[in-house]
Amino acid sequence: MKQFWAFVKKEWYHISRDYRTLLVLIGMPIVQILIFGYALSNEVKNTRIAILDFAGDSYSKELTDKIEASRYFETVTYLRSMNEIDRSLRSGEAKMVVVFPNNFTQQLVHQHESQLQLVTDGSNPNLSATLINYINAITRDFQTRVINEVSLPYTIHVQTRMMYNPQLLGAFTFVPGVIALVLMLICTMMTSVSIVKEKELGNMEILLVSPMHPLAVVFSKAVPYIGLSVGILSIILLLSVFLLGVPISGSIILLYVVSLIFIISALALGLLISTITNSQQVAMMISLMGLMLPTMMFSGFMFPIESMPIPLQWISNIVPAKWYFFSIQSIMIKGLGMEAILKEFLTLCGFAIFFLVLSVRNFKVRMA
Amino acid sequence: MSIQIENISKSFVGDRKVSALQNISFQVEPGKIFGLIGPDGAGKTTLFRILTTLILADEGQATVQKYDVIKDYQKIRRIVGYMPGKFSLYQDLSVLENLKFFATIFGTTIDENYNLIKDIYIQLEPFRDRKAGALSGGMKQKLALCCALVHRPEVLFLDEPTTGVDVVSRAEFWDMLKRLQTKGITILASTPYMDEASMCDEIALIQDGQILSINTPSGLISEFDSPLYGVSADDMYNVMNDLRDHTSVVSCNTFGAEHHVQLKPDIDPTVIRKDLEKSGHENVRVELITPTIEDCFMNLMQQ
Amino acid sequence: MFSIEVESLTKKFGSFTAVNSITFTVKSGEIFGFLGANGAGKTTAMRMLCGLSRPTSGQASVAGFDVYRQAEEIKQRIGYMSQKFSLYADLTVLENIEFYGGIYGLTRGEIKDRGEELIERLDLRGEEEIMVAELPLGWKQKLAFSIAIMHRPSIVFLDEPTGGVDPLTRRQFWELIYEAAATGITIFVTTHYMDEAEYCDRVAIMVDGNIRALDAPEKLKRDMGLATMERVFYSLAREATRGD
Repeated sequence: MKQFWAFVKKEWYHISRDYRTLLVLIGMPIVQILIFGYALSNEVKNTRIAILDFAGDSYSKELTDKIEASRYFETVTYLRSMNEIDRSLRSGEAKMVVVFPNNFTQQLVHQHESQLQLVTDGSNPNLSATLINYINAITRDFQTRVINEVSLPYTIHVQTRMMYNPQLLGAFTFVPGVIALVLMLICTMMTSVSIVKEKELGNMEILLVSPMHPLAVVFSKAVPYIGLSVGILSIILLLSVFLLGVPISGSIILLYVVSLIFIISALALGLLISTITNSQQVAMMISLMGLMLPTMMFSGFMFPIESMPIPLQWISNIVPAKWYFFSIQSIMIKGLGMEAILKEFLTLCGFAIFFLVLSVRNFKVRMA
Repeated sequence: MSIQIENISKSFVGDRKVSALQNISFQVEPGKIFGLIGPDGAGKTTLFRILTTLILADEGQATVQKYDVIKDYQKIRRIVGYMPGKFSLYQDLSVLENLKFFATIFGTTIDENYNLIKDIYIQLEPFRDRKAGALSGGMKQKLALCCALVHRPEVLFLDEPTTGVDVVSRAEFWDMLKRLQTKGITILASTPYMDEASMCDEIALIQDGQILSINTPSGLISEFDSPLYGVSADDMYNVMNDLRDHTSVVSCNTFGAEHHVQLKPDIDPTVIRKDLEKSGHENVRVELITPTIEDCFMNLMQQ
Repeated sequence: MFSIEVESLTKKFGSFTAVNSITFTVKSGEIFGFLGANGAGKTTAMRMLCGLSRPTSGQASVAGFDVYRQAEEIKQRIGYMSQKFSLYADLTVLENIEFYGGIYGLTRGEIKDRGEELIERLDLRGEEEIMVAELPLGWKQKLAFSIAIMHRPSIVFLDEPTGGVDPLTRRQFWELIYEAAATGITIFVTTHYMDEAEYCDRVAIMVDGNIRALDAPEKLKRDMGLATMERVFYSLAREATRGD
């Protein structure tokens, strides 16, 4: 055990002394989050919206007041017909139109559910997504209050229609996306490169010819990277909560548990790469091209998986980041619990075990 | 026997099957310095890797301190020290951090075996906080030796420890090995420098995966089968050409200031001198000399 | 006629003086040995002469060109080979010849003629299509040297060209050097093998950035009263206080 920790310490020296790489690893997600946050916080205050109220009844008025009362929105105009929506958005007069259907209150009271339509300018997808999320939050809040008052289960279905860019790049999908990418980068690429570096330097020969079990060598290498990953994950979460105002609606503990499983599967992948290659260059190429690219393409945070051709959708299933992305999005944004992401969670566990077993089996106690 | 090697063969399958070792056998007695001497590509590193349990031989058996290199690999890994040829330590760790790390990996501490590494470590002490990457070649090599010794191994494997190091550091290094020998450590060292052979108790000359000869350094020289003459003159290059063309000359190898020449049996060396002078060479000297290990190596290569 | 003229050449890296005001000349067609312990400043000096590194102060001309102002002209007239930099292992013998011939600006015809001649001289006939990786080390080094002088440079710089090569090939390599010198090419060579120092017409021994001795090997041995160049080198280099 002493050997194990000596190794962890040594590995930590390597990481902390290569301050350029460390700076990139910590700086990159921060910069990404900051750039995004800057763009977001500048625009989302007092956004001009238009209201099209077909109902004109008590609840629609109350909700309109509530929306106007928030610091995010400013109602510039009240529209009278559907035809006016396009003109209003096109001219830039409004960034979003909130449409109340006929009988909004009536439906809510009698059928216990009602519709609320949001039409947004999809040409700025990040903004649109943010606005929708704010309206969602306000509506939820409104709902809770109404339910408390009348103690009846009401539901308002918010229907959103993104004009001009229906394939939305969601704003809140960005944070989980950055998290998935960064964890993949640190765990898979850094681990595989650092193990292969030992081989290249010839130090692996010495370590193999030592009483320390070769697998212990490799596992102790993973420890500092787990620490680093969790640290960076925390930084991203802190920034996104306090700077971007992205809520962590679900359980933070669950968020970390799922992340840890993903980290382990990414580390195992890194280990697997290191067992099949002997040069840092190749390890880096495999990690970047073989893993980073699919992570970006198939995790769903850049391109919606539902709109991909069926074969690609099928491929996306073997990308662990996809499952991670779905679960973290569910936890963070939708505030769902374990029962909602059980399938994703188990799939991730499966990946972690599969890669671990494969890489341990592939690991040689001798040189190739 | 400290190391016992019997009929070891190993080949690598690449584009072409390369035979790295062919039927190698030798033994090293406890407490001896055994030198494996041969050029790059002779198979020295392959043999070291087989003995340090890093790769498996295709055929043959080998034991280190009576442990089988295949079956008992974990036991061997506890009792040997190994300094690979391409070994660069951790460049971003200081001298002390490197040494501490390897001590812990081998389940010991620097203090525990300090008397063994003391002689070498004292020279490194002034640089203990310097990064290994900033050390000179000679110092790096001393640190590497310290790291290989820190767990008091019974057998020390040194793969080309002096390659690329200057003459002064090389001489110091062999002095250190001599001192280690007095502490009962068996040493197997390889080198491409023939002049280092004299520092070993016993040597094996190796070329193209085959052992040319195993002997003591003096025994090898006494085995040299014909008289050897040192020839020099003013124009060394043309003397060489003329000697090679001479009918009585068996071989002529350049050795810096003189050519080492073997003659056909019963040829009087004065004939050579006269013939060279006849061809216009000046200050011709021909004298009987003692062969060096390098002469022996070339002689065996040409057989 | 001097091929290399160096006067008070100095190179400093910050406060560290790697090469301290060295002065020497090398005659055309001479085999000049440049010896020194690790870190003595050999490589730095050689880089300045090849036009790869700008001196801090002092004068130097190589093949009649100034190292400060005419680095490009110098590069046209020198050949360079080291143990580390060799040929492309994944190209064939012929491809390497064609590539380097092209780099040195030889015409198609020259490459063909000199390539043929080179293959003939090195006894590589029939092996032209073999990957350089598959050649034995000694052959690689001989081929690398022959390619380095294919464009008939006036000077060739050899940085430890024979490290790890077997003794027979090492001698064949030196015979190639002799042949090249006989055609008038100046040879500037560094080595760790002290017997090779004896092949040189003159040797310079560097210690801690200074040239401590410079003369014919015979004369150095006589003056210092020592039997071999190894002893000569050892007695000078052991005084060194710095490493690389």
